[in-house]
Amino acid sequence: MKLSKAWLVAARDFKIFKHQKNMLYGLVIFPVIISIIPSAILNYAVNRDPPLPAAGIPPILDAFSIFLIIGSAFVPLGIAGYTIVGEKVEKSLEPLLAGPLTDGEILLGKTISAVLPALIAMYTGGVIFMVGTDAVSYPSLNYYYFPNWTIAVILFLGMPAATIMSVEFGVIVSSRVNDVRSATNFGALMFFPFLIIYILGQTKLITLDTETMAKISVILLVIDVVLFFISTALFKREEILTKWK
Amino acid sequence: MIEIDNLSKKFGDLTAVDSISMNINEGEVFGFLGPNGAGKTTTVRMLCTLISKTSGNARISGYNIGDKDDSLKIRKIIGLVPDNVGLSEHLSAYDNLEFFARVHDLSKTERKERIQYFLEMLGLWDKRNVSVGTFSKGMKQKLAIARALIHDPQVLFLDEPTANLDPEAAKTVRDFILDLKKQKKTIFLNTHNLDEAQRICDRIGILNTKLVSIGTPKDLEDAVRVRKTVIELEQVTDSVLKSVQKLSLPNLDVEGNTITFDTIDSGSKNWPIVEAIVHAGGHVNIVKVVGSTLEDVYLKLVGENQ
Repeated sequence: MKLSKAWLVAARDFKIFKHQKNMLYGLVIFPVIISIIPSAILNYAVNRDPPLPAAGIPPILDAFSIFLIIGSAFVPLGIAGYTIVGEKVEKSLEPLLAGPLTDGEILLGKTISAVLPALIAMYTGGVIFMVGTDAVSYPSLNYYYFPNWTIAVILFLGMPAATIMSVEFGVIVSSRVNDVRSATNFGALMFFPFLIIYILGQTKLITLDTETMAKISVILLVIDVVLFFISTALFKREEILTKWK
Repeated sequence: MIEIDNLSKKFGDLTAVDSISMNINEGEVFGFLGPNGAGKTTTVRMLCTLISKTSGNARISGYNIGDKDDSLKIRKIIGLVPDNVGLSEHLSAYDNLEFFARVHDLSKTERKERIQYFLEMLGLWDKRNVSVGTFSKGMKQKLAIARALIHDPQVLFLDEPTANLDPEAAKTVRDFILDLKKQKKTIFLNTHNLDEAQRICDRIGILNTKLVSIGTPKDLEDAVRVRKTVIELEQVTDSVLKSVQKLSLPNLDVEGNTITFDTIDSGSKNWPIVEAIVHAGGHVNIVKVVGSTLEDVYLKLVGENQ
């Protein structure tokens, strides 16, 4: 498998994305929300009367941090849906499959084209989130809460693992649906496990600390491996041309 | 160039292609004719290593379609235009061609030269940066053929290239294929357009899951040789009708003032029949022998194999 060939597939998809306004909006909206709303809420909490005590700020910031993982699972869905289902709709997969590319190169290219923009968008959102919440919380805490080990685990393990999982899930869904919207709707099911983790954190059934985030990230990586085998088994020329709906 | 030996494909219990064997020579334009569901697309997909074979074998330029290592080599030396053009509608004509040129490892200079060559030939150079989505169906089809040719493949597979095109667009595509024929490209053309096959192809194979017949258009017509004699009279009177009925002519048909029957052996044997009609008081206006067309051959052969 040649990485250069996979990159060719991804680069072509990037060119196509520039013309897909809905996809670009999807890339921007969630990172903007995650970067601005937590700072605004925290700003309200520390400036109200009575203000939120300093000890109450870190749990809130940890709770907000999990939205970076949720976003990483959510943002690539639109791209993953388009990159494969969109090609199915345009019938442009067959000429691609008839070229001198391996199944792995095409799948890797498609994965890169969905993962890279999503991660860039979410990392940008994450940096703005950290800077914004640090700016708001510093007067109360007298230290910068971010960066810390928890956010490092989220940024370098949780977010990539969630993004890859989302894309692999997108590939699997794409083999069973015929339009981009259905692919995205099915993919939105990914949201629920993370929502449950968030609720468990808020109800104190789990603590959203570094250890928990590391465990969640490892679980995501294991799921990534399982989904990788399923998606590569589905992403075979013959399967795509004869069995994909 | 292409050697096919007892090639079969089954999807579960359904046999899509049943033990076909044939050879296609270098520089030949080979037409694959057959009704919908005959297995034409499945055959092309097997030859292009897009789907696996169930049994038998095929080689393209000596490479084996069933061999995993050879599959990639085959895809390097072939070009495919599927039944749907499959262009990226949001990309420009230039970008569509450039992507496939890069996939085929063409150098920057080669890419530039070949893309310009094809876009100028297609009259699209001025629209090279316009999204393909705005092109007519005929232009898209020609661009798809150019995409399949960008790496100068040894064999070009065309799957129903003029289906769903209006007559004018179909003609421009056919003319493009005829240009390629002049350049001695080996072309495997799937079609159910008999006229197209007759005009373009050196040889034709008729497929109906099995390979029903194969040969030049002329060979196929001669093999069936259904020729009709048509005699037009001023009026078909009762005495004329009785006189021709006495002759026990094969597939005799009388409609209005026209008598039609299968020509016996050769046209020369028609004169005693004409004499009999004249003797019975008939006034003959026209006598003609109508040869079998490729359509007659196709319908007969496919019909026999249903």
